[in-house]
Formats: sequence, C-alpha cells, structure tokens
Amino acid sequence: MIEIRNLTKSFGNLLVWEDVTFNIEDGDTIAVIGRSGCGKSVLLKHINALLYPDNGEILIDGENIHELDYVSQRRLRQKFGILFQGSALFDSINTYENVAFPLRYFTDLNEEQIREKVMLSLQYVNLEDSAEKETSELSGGMRKRVGLARAIILEPKYIMYDEPTSGLDPKTAEEINELIIAMAERLNVTSIVITHDMHSVLQVADKVAFLDQQKLSWFGTLEEMKSSNQPDLIDFITASEYQIKSKQYT
Amino acid sequence: MHALKEIGKYTTLLYQALRSSTEFSTYRKNLFHELVKVGYDSVPIIILVGIFTGSVMTLQSAYQLEFAFIPLSTIGAIVSESILIELAAVISGLVLAGKVGARVATELGTMRVSEQIDALESMGFNSVSFLVVPRVLAGILMFPVLYIVASIFGIGGGLAAGYFSGTVPPADFLKGARMFFYPWNVVFGFLKSFVFGFIITSVACYKGYYAKGGAEGVGRATTEATVMGCILILLADFILAALLL
Repeated sequence: MIEIRNLTKSFGNLLVWEDVTFNIEDGDTIAVIGRSGCGKSVLLKHINALLYPDNGEILIDGENIHELDYVSQRRLRQKFGILFQGSALFDSINTYENVAFPLRYFTDLNEEQIREKVMLSLQYVNLEDSAEKETSELSGGMRKRVGLARAIILEPKYIMYDEPTSGLDPKTAEEINELIIAMAERLNVTSIVITHDMHSVLQVADKVAFLDQQKLSWFGTLEEMKSSNQPDLIDFITASEYQIKSKQYT
Repeated sequence: MHALKEIGKYTTLLYQALRSSTEFSTYRKNLFHELVKVGYDSVPIIILVGIFTGSVMTLQSAYQLEFAFIPLSTIGAIVSESILIELAAVISGLVLAGKVGARVATELGTMRVSEQIDALESMGFNSVSFLVVPRVLAGILMFPVLYIVASIFGIGGGLAAGYFSGTVPPADFLKGARMFFYPWNVVFGFLKSFVFGFIITSVACYKGYYAKGGAEGVGRATTEATVMGCILILLADFILAALLL
C-alpha cells in the first residue's frame, strides 16, 4: 500500500501542489489526472524518490521512502516498475538487452534463464518477434511496450505508467490500455497511471485522483467520478469527452 | 553565487562518485567499455597530433636557430624536452577535451533528458556508480597511456621532420634528446596527463549528468564541458608548473 500524506512541493517560487493526501490500496489501478503541467509526473517521481518533497511523506508498505538511506531506498525502488513517458529505453543496446538489463545486474540467473524470462516478458507485450531489433527501429507504440516489458521483468509489486498513451494513435493507445489491464490481472500488481487521457482513465482505472489548482482537487472511485458534480472535474471531463468525440470524427 | 552553486554540485557529484567507486560489480562492464572508448579509440588522433606537433617544432626550431652558432643537437633537445614536459600532455589534453569530453557530456546529457538516468535510478541502480565512475576512471587510467603515445610519436615526428627536411640529422637529434633528458620531466608530464584526464572526464560527466532542457540543453552541456575542460587544463597546467618545477 502506498500512503501519500500532506505532500507539498515547489520549484523555487513555483508551487506545484500542496497538502496532497490519498492512499493507493494494493491491487488497485489508480489514475492520476489533471491538466498538463499540474505536477502529475512530479508526483510519480516523488513516489519513487526520484524527487523529494518540501513537506509531507510517502509511505511504501509502511516505510517512508524519502527518509531511508540510499541502500534501503534502492531496495524499495525495486518494488516498482516504471513506464516512462518517452519509454527511456537505453539506446546503446537492442530490445532484448533492454529488457534483460535489470536481470543481468540484480539476479544471478544464467543466460538461458534470462532468455526465458525476457521472451516471456516480451510475449506479454506481443513483441517476441522484435527481440533483436535496435531501439531506433521501434515505433512509438513498440517503444512503450518494450518499456513495459522491462518494467515488469523483475516482477514488481507496483507499476507506474507516465502518460502511457501520449503521442500514440488511437488504435495503439487502445492496445496500451489493454496491456495495462492485462498486466494488473495477470501479474496482480498495483498500477498508478499518470494521464490526461480520459478515454484511458475510463478503460483502466478503479480510482481517480484529480490534481488541479495546486492541490488534490478530487479523489474517488471511477463510478463516483462519473456521478460527481464538482465543477472543475466536470470541466476537465467535458473537455476530454469533446476531444475524444473530435478524434472519432477525424 | 551561481559559480559557488556549480562548484558545490560538482563537488557533491565527485563525492558520490568516490563513495560509490567501491561498487565495482556495478561499473565493471562499463569500465572496460570506456577504457576502449577513451583510450584505444583516441590513439589515431593522438598519433596524428603527436607527429605534427613534433614535426612543426623541429622545423620552427631549425628556422629560428638557423643563423645561431649552436650545435644542431640543441634542436633535438628543445623538441624532445618540450614534448615530454609540456606539449604531449597539454595539446593531447586540449584535443581530448573536444573528443572525449564532448562525447561523455553528450552521452550523459542525452540519457538525462530522455529519462534514461531516471530509469536507472528507478530500477535501483546507483546511476553515479554506473555512469560517472567508469568514465572518470577511464580518463585517469588512459590519459597517461595516451601521453606516452603522444610523446613517442611527437619525438619520432620531430626526428623524421629533421631528417626529411635536411635540417637536423637523426644522430644529432637523438644526441640532443639524450643529453638533456631528465626522468623527472617524464614523471611531470605523466602527472599532468593524469590530472587532465580527471578534469576532462569529471567536468564532462558533471555537465552531462545535470543537463536539462532537451536537445538544446544537451548542446549547451556539451559546449560547456568542452570549454570548461580546456580552461581548467590550462589553469591546472599553470598550477602544476608553479608547484612542481
């Protein structure tokens, strides 16, 4: 379980958000939504201690990740798999090696066992035929899927997705959404999806956290969101629905 | 104030690198890779720089001393001592600030802006140990080797230029080189190349590691790494000369 308590963050004089508090229960898929620049990705980087808050704390299974020493922090980080916005694949090595990378450093598996796990992971994301491709040969959607295969290779407890469908065509975005659902079901992981794509939210999320005006503006289940009458949230959803409809006609 | 902040960040990165240098298993593979890239891949340019530096020095010395009534062996002494004590280390350092420094800053800068460093950290890697330590170690270990290569080809180039231009016979050149040879000069040049290797790679790692702002940011980091590397080499050259000669 991830507990986010009274989190506040500023960059210089720019307040990102303050007093953000909510919990992410084990097994849930939670979508963190909000306008571009509202600090969604900043929140993700706080959960993994890539950034530190000005105030507040984040407990990962009861441990405050920002107060741990570096070695304990690294141990805790291995509970996470992250799919970065730009996939963050290592461009000096090919697809297979990207996925195998964490196994080579954090396990004692032999080459045959590594191959088995890598191919299984690539099979989960339907890319077993692209193992030997260079990362430069991959399309945007394929890069995301390789990023996901790498994120799940150490069997994490939590998977965080940073804008998983951004920059993708609707069909590929749909495939990524299906993968998010499949990962949650198949690997029994807790998923945190950072997005402004409401279509994706409606497809994958159990719960929704809405960041707006430098605070957690709304938090609840997907069903509660659909019947919410909070003006800011309705505005955001309405704008997104208009965008979804526009996309359908173009 | 800005300069102080930069120095603070640079020192912190070096401290982290020093602390994580014990994690040999994390950077072992990268270290061998970097030794090849910094050392082996730089040999051709260093040979070229060495040959031309030595050749030009011989020809210019011969020209300047044309009407002076001094033995021709003096030219061999001037060329070989200048190369060993100064030119092999400094000119190689300046060339490598462009070649190695720019590559390191660009690589790390690109990894930073494309979130590859974040990805490493999020997996539980110590990114400083994985990326910075092997590059700085490779600089420290390979620059002295490149200094030796530059010295050999510099003196060889000077000898060849004297012979082919007919200005200094090889026997006179070698006589002069031997007569004024002081082992301390080699030690001094070696020490300088060691320091230059550290400066170039650590500054490039620092600039690349903290790059921000997309392609423009990577370009800025690369330029700053090269310029800062060159300036610090000249400064370190002066300080070492003042302290050790």
